[in-house]
Amino acid sequence: MKAARFDYVRATTVDVAVDALARGAVALAGGQSLVPLLNARSRRPEVVVDVSRLPLTGVEQDGSTLVLGALTRLRAAETSPVVRRAVPLLAEALTHVGHVSVRNRGTVGGSVAHADPAAELPAVFLALDAVFTARGPGGTREVDARDFFLGPYRTALAPDELLTDIRVPLPPPTARHGLAELSRRPNDLAITAVFTSVTLTDRVVTEARIAVAGAAPTPIRAHAAEELLRGQALTPEVLAGVADAAADATDPVDDVHAPAAYRRDMTAVLTRRALRQAVGG
Amino acid sequence: MKITVTVNGQTSTADCEPRRTLADFLRHDLGLTGVHVGCEHGACGSCTVLLDGATARSCCVLAVQADGSEITTVEGLATTSLSPLQESFRRHHALQCGFCTPGMLAVATELLRDNPSPTEAEIRTAISGNLCRCTGYHNIVTAIAAARDQGDSPNADTPPQPPEA
Ligand SMILES: Cc1cc2nc3c(=O)[nH]c(=O)nc-3n(C[C@H](O)[C@H](O)[C@@H](O)COP(=O)(O)OP(=O)(O)OC[C@H]3O[C@@H](n4cnc5c(N)ncnc54)[C@H](O)[C@@H]3O)c2cc1C
Ligand code: FES
Ligand code: FES
Repeated sequence: MKAARFDYVRATTVDVAVDALARGAVALAGGQSLVPLLNARSRRPEVVVDVSRLPLTGVEQDGSTLVLGALTRLRAAETSPVVRRAVPLLAEALTHVGHVSVRNRGTVGGSVAHADPAAELPAVFLALDAVFTARGPGGTREVDARDFFLGPYRTALAPDELLTDIRVPLPPPTARHGLAELSRRPNDLAITAVFTSVTLTDRVVTEARIAVAGAAPTPIRAHAAEELLRGQALTPEVLAGVADAAADATDPVDDVHAPAAYRRDMTAVLTRRALRQAVGG
Repeated sequence: MKITVTVNGQTSTADCEPRRTLADFLRHDLGLTGVHVGCEHGACGSCTVLLDGATARSCCVLAVQADGSEITTVEGLATTSLSPLQESFRRHHALQCGFCTPGMLAVATELLRDNPSPTEAEIRTAISGNLCRCTGYHNIVTAIAAARDQGDSPNADTPPQPPEA
């Protein structure tokens, strides 16, 4: 289908963008989720404000934080040596977000603001306790990842707020990561995916993060599973208990892609795989 | 809104509605019907073009967003003769109806430019977002692999570097 008519504003500054949003415009970044929705007339905004040329791009390490401009293209983040060195879990997760052609256009902030419950990056940012910066007519505020994702395609961003950057506290250099994703074809949206970051001292887990995408209305952290891991060596028994606890944290739905029970069971399987990858066994 | 784009080396300025996708702009306003439109929502890959050197699904880009860009469509891949990759598609029967072919050629061109010696698995991943209803993909993979083996890439003149000691 063809999109319904709308007016188009190309934002030259963040203030112009926020001003347009405050007057009801919808932000357009890489367009990889929004343009298909416009074409299908699922969304019919009167005004679209193109924020993709704003200078909110680039990736840098600021002390113990990785800072990503919201308009950084997914492919640029994926191929950034800074991301690969500082937060390898994020670099690996990026290779799973759509196809190269989609990552060439799509932006990191667009993926977060779109908040698809099966999307990889929201789950990774939740796992790593990222902080999102939003700019609205009243100024700038920060929102923790755990308070950001409110439901499918719903976030804490107000309609007049622009996501400007994402700050990721660096995992300790000894942290290892694991990622296991189930999808129909490589680079399709996940049916279910699990992201882990684990720190070990003498084979005992001192810190663990487990986040799941595609198994609840939002990405989730499996806190009880993380708690079970801390202080333990990763024996098969511990792994089985942790995997079950991760499955218990889910709240999946039945849809055309998979029944709820399958997503729940696969969360346990994927948690085991991701943790085994993390500890290399 | 007036936009200016350079398509296959030729610069054009045209008036276009904000809701016009780049795919429709290239087809209807510039007559480049090698841009194939299958789904209009990013699912099939047949509309893929090179936008400032990187592949993009032209149905998921508004033409107004491409203002000032350089675009290569399938029409621009061949000069006076087919490109070596196109020649390999022809030789290996990598197309039947040809609907998916412009998109396949765009992603394969980008792949061989960025990774001159992809494995078969890498080739399959690279085309995984492009649907073909005819060939079963087998001959497309064969054609891309054959082009790889002929050194069909801008880096073909650079000998492979020995692994670092
Ligand atoms: C074929 C295909 C495969 C895909 N596969 C995957 C996949 O595997 N995993 C995955 O996670 N996604 C996938 N996607 C979805 C898409 O890649 C992402 O959602 C992402 O690229 C969106 O970013 P964008 O910059 O393109 O956002 P846009 O499409 O421009 O915008 C998306 C939404 O976010 C809002 N928005 C964008 N930027 C901001 C901002 N800075 N501040 C406030 N609001 C903003 C927009 O208003 C809109 O509501 C796929 C898409 C396609 C077409
Ligand atoms: S027509 Fe653009 S991806 Fe199908
Ligand atoms: S050759 Fe017909 S769709 Fe691929």
